[in-house]
Amino acid sequence: MSNTEGSTVPLLAARDLVKAHGRTEALHGASVELREGEILAVTGASGSGKSTLLHCLAGIVRPDTGSVTYAGERLDRLPEKRLSELRRTEFGVVFQFGQLIPELTALDNAALPLLLAGVRRQEARERAGEWLERFGVRGQGELRPGEMSGGQAQRAALARALVTGPKVVFADEPTGALDSLASEQVMTALTHTARESGTAVLLITHDAQVAAYADREVRLADGTVAPLEVAA
Amino acid sequence: MIGMSTRHILLGLLATGPSHGYDLKRRHDERFPQARPLAYGQVYTTLQRLVRDGLAEVDGTDSDGGPERTTYRSTEDGARELAEWAGQIAPPAPFVTNEIFAKVVVSILSGGDAEAYLRAQRAAHMARMRELTAVKTARGTDLATVLSADYALNHLDADLRWMTTTAARLTTLTAEVDAG
Repeated sequence: MSNTEGSTVPLLAARDLVKAHGRTEALHGASVELREGEILAVTGASGSGKSTLLHCLAGIVRPDTGSVTYAGERLDRLPEKRLSELRRTEFGVVFQFGQLIPELTALDNAALPLLLAGVRRQEARERAGEWLERFGVRGQGELRPGEMSGGQAQRAALARALVTGPKVVFADEPTGALDSLASEQVMTALTHTARESGTAVLLITHDAQVAAYADREVRLADGTVAPLEVAA
Repeated sequence: MIGMSTRHILLGLLATGPSHGYDLKRRHDERFPQARPLAYGQVYTTLQRLVRDGLAEVDGTDSDGGPERTTYRSTEDGARELAEWAGQIAPPAPFVTNEIFAKVVVSILSGGDAEAYLRAQRAAHMARMRELTAVKTARGTDLATVLSADYALNHLDADLRWMTTTAARLTTLTAEVDAG
């Protein structure tokens, strides 16, 4: 199922993260590891620190204290330039609302990360088309986000997140705005594709049925990792 | 009261045409892939009762190259009984009896660690949900398997929601039970 057998060194690891927003401490002492090719669900109640954890792990925000290590590099200490390069080439991100650019077609949205990376327009569009195909929305390639269903738009957003061949995809409540059938299609597409391409996924969700697509689960409670009993 | 029963499921399978016991067992297990498989003995006993009650009758014998088997067909009474059962509303949770619920209450009464129990039960539920999700999303899975996995997943999910809320309420709940 997972591609993690035998791999002991985590691809991405957070240790004792503390992060406050103003006076509110969103994380206090959270540690988590993501192995290569692993699909990890981070669950927990609203306000438990899930999104802040994702932002720290993805190098979007820096923790106040604690460390984030990606493939041997300390993300929390990297200069902004190198960090944004990593985010562009090694990471893909999907949010609850796909955050596609409304003026662009699905195809141009999916091609965007490649264009930013300097790939020629023609080639970028071809590769983006292949990814839309893998997510079953090639037929919607010429539609703008507003003209697609929520599930189709989210699958286009997944294509955009994976188009550069990232090592890690961060998905923050990717099915939060979808009904259960659309949610199933998005999760099946995401997990099949990630497993085939060996991409690790950090999946944030409050929905147990979504978390069940992952290989493993970490629960956050009050900004720290809650104990998980091993099922007998 | 008409409940969930093997006899109605067999009548349902017979609705598509005459069939013998072995075939009914095989088709049952195909249609309800995540259910406990039917025992042959149960199939034959049930068929005999359906015949006794006039809901099914012997259609003939079928050897099909192998040993001779008795085939059965549904009667008109059987079809009526089946339609009535299929249309009857199932009573929505008439009694709240559930092992997980009972264990939490007993654990609080006896000074046990309800929170630790809920954590362990939750992990077991999640493990089973991962298994069912893998079965459901494997390429080429048939509709009967998807439907039955979905059914189980939704029920486990309902349990999980209850367990999560209960874990959050435990402090209050313990105070109430102790006071009572």
